[in-house]
Amino acid sequence: MSATITEKILGKAAGRSKVDPGDNIWVEVDVLLTHDVCGPGTIGVFQREFGAKARVWNREKVVIIPDHYIYTKDEKAHRNVDTLRTFVREQGLPHFYDPGTPRYKGVCHVALPEEGHVRPGEVIFGTDSHTCTHGALGAFATGIGNTDAGFIMGTGKLLIKVPETRRFVLNKTLPKGVSAKDVILRIIGDIGVDGATYQAMEFTGDAIAAMDVEERMTICNMAIEAGGKSGIIAPDDKTLAWVKARTKQPFVPVTGDPDAAVTASHTYDASTFEPCVACPHLPSNYATARSKRDIRIDRAYIGSCTGGKLGDFMMAARILKGHTVKVPTFIVPATAQVAEGLLRETIDGRNLVEIFAEAGCEDVAPASCAACLGGPVDTIGRTSGKEVVVSTTNRNFIGRMGSKDAPIYLASPMTAAASAIAGHIADPRDYL
Amino acid sequence: MKLQGNRIRGPVYVLGDNIDTDLIIPAHFLNLVPTIPDEYRKLGSHAMAGLPDSYPPFVTPGTDQAPYPIMIAGSNFGCGSSREHAPIALGAAGVQAVVAQTYARIFFRNAVATGELYPLESADRLCDVFKTGDEAEIDMAASTVRHRGTGIVYRLRDLGAVKPVIEAGGLFGYARSTGMIGGKGPAA
Ligand code: SF4
Repeated sequence: MSATITEKILGKAAGRSKVDPGDNIWVEVDVLLTHDVCGPGTIGVFQREFGAKARVWNREKVVIIPDHYIYTKDEKAHRNVDTLRTFVREQGLPHFYDPGTPRYKGVCHVALPEEGHVRPGEVIFGTDSHTCTHGALGAFATGIGNTDAGFIMGTGKLLIKVPETRRFVLNKTLPKGVSAKDVILRIIGDIGVDGATYQAMEFTGDAIAAMDVEERMTICNMAIEAGGKSGIIAPDDKTLAWVKARTKQPFVPVTGDPDAAVTASHTYDASTFEPCVACPHLPSNYATARSKRDIRIDRAYIGSCTGGKLGDFMMAARILKGHTVKVPTFIVPATAQVAEGLLRETIDGRNLVEIFAEAGCEDVAPASCAACLGGPVDTIGRTSGKEVVVSTTNRNFIGRMGSKDAPIYLASPMTAAASAIAGHIADPRDYL
Repeated sequence: MKLQGNRIRGPVYVLGDNIDTDLIIPAHFLNLVPTIPDEYRKLGSHAMAGLPDSYPPFVTPGTDQAPYPIMIAGSNFGCGSSREHAPIALGAAGVQAVVAQTYARIFFRNAVATGELYPLESADRLCDVFKTGDEAEIDMAASTVRHRGTGIVYRLRDLGAVKPVIEAGGLFGYARSTGMIGGKGPAA
């Protein structure tokens, strides 16, 4: 019997030769990820249920990456990071990326693969809905709540339902000026914010094969925005090279059978994709960037696990170079490693930090989630009034970036950069 | 589960489709840790604080409780973040059941795993039938919800595979009842 990549990974993790969509199975967990917002509650559940002296099931498999509320004066936010520190010390956990130390990283979904914690064929749970990002490297990865995470901490196992697979085949080549963010926004626009509820979204085809690993992460990152349980891309040579450069830990890649049955299949001609935005207040409110040129903006925001990777800033910099922005433009690298890359990578002899400064962007912010989810009132880039924002983040819900009255247009790094130059939503192909 | 007896009765709070977790509990309250009792109550006081001001207040101003034990909504309830603070804020504010057409996966799972509230599904679009403040009665055994004003009874969908988990009071209770993990759990 043939099986999809998702069914094979979950079958292996359940110690079964075959699993089918809808089966409820106990799986062994390879990585449990948590952060400062959900970590303290997870620890609370773990200690309540297993006892104050309980030990985590496997110290190597718990990864704690504080990232949400780091650069704030909020006292509870600091207390929460202290809770993580105490727990890490008590348990002797090796994988903790402590703010204020050289080990600090920033946004967990960019840091986790950077640090080699994501390996093809493995099962990853995280207390964050965008844990689906890691399917880009051929892992099964999904978001869970504190209670499930506390359970995993104690047992290393979780009871889950095997998802159906909804496959997206992207043939041909993306046009210039169009990137992974445009692909996933169009797909979400087509199937809706609950179009893949409970399902694994599997992405394949020439356009996916042509993408680098970071662009694949952008696609899988937003599977949750269509309700997906996971996003997944079969590992290829690019994936394996990328992962092996970051971990010495052995892993066994898994791929699906080509003839495996899927619940639905959507085929696209990638050459028809266009730069686009998702209009307020849902990620499914697709519109081409060109059709929204009359939308004036007050702010541009380039950052987050979706649009704050080094490749995202390279794309933005190519547009911004030699231009001046008309609106405050926030540059928030996802991780410290991305921030280093901004100083290292150059275009025509200027590094990205210089390019952004010369274009009139705000000073590069320290790595963290920052205003992607609003956060405490003193968060960098947080909206406070009626600002119209074009943002490379993943959610444009009411109030998502702080103010309930500030509408958010989701866009690719190139579209966000072009819009910052124009002062209204703009098509980046006009600046290429 | 906090459910006493077989029925949940009281006024409903009605919402539409795609009620996301940022509406249920905005991010600036996520510095509160749900397992700390005082902060659990505070989460309740901020339940639905992300709704635009045009909506009637959900929590009674100046308290940490909502007068609505039942929430009624459309499709994709609880979409967005994995924050368990969302079902917890509703549960802490006194919501015992949500009746929606469909749920986002993680919210549904968190509601079941925590045992904070019953995530019930109706085939009918009840958010077009009920108005905020109408009285409803859920009969868990019969799997129905009745509009106490009109007397009309609507069917709820079968809970399926999650029913034993809900009946055991959440994931930990279920895992203990099936011998998956040992121990009696917290004394409280
Ligand atoms: S960057 Fe935004 S979406 Fe990503 S983990 Fe942080 S808050 Fe969540």
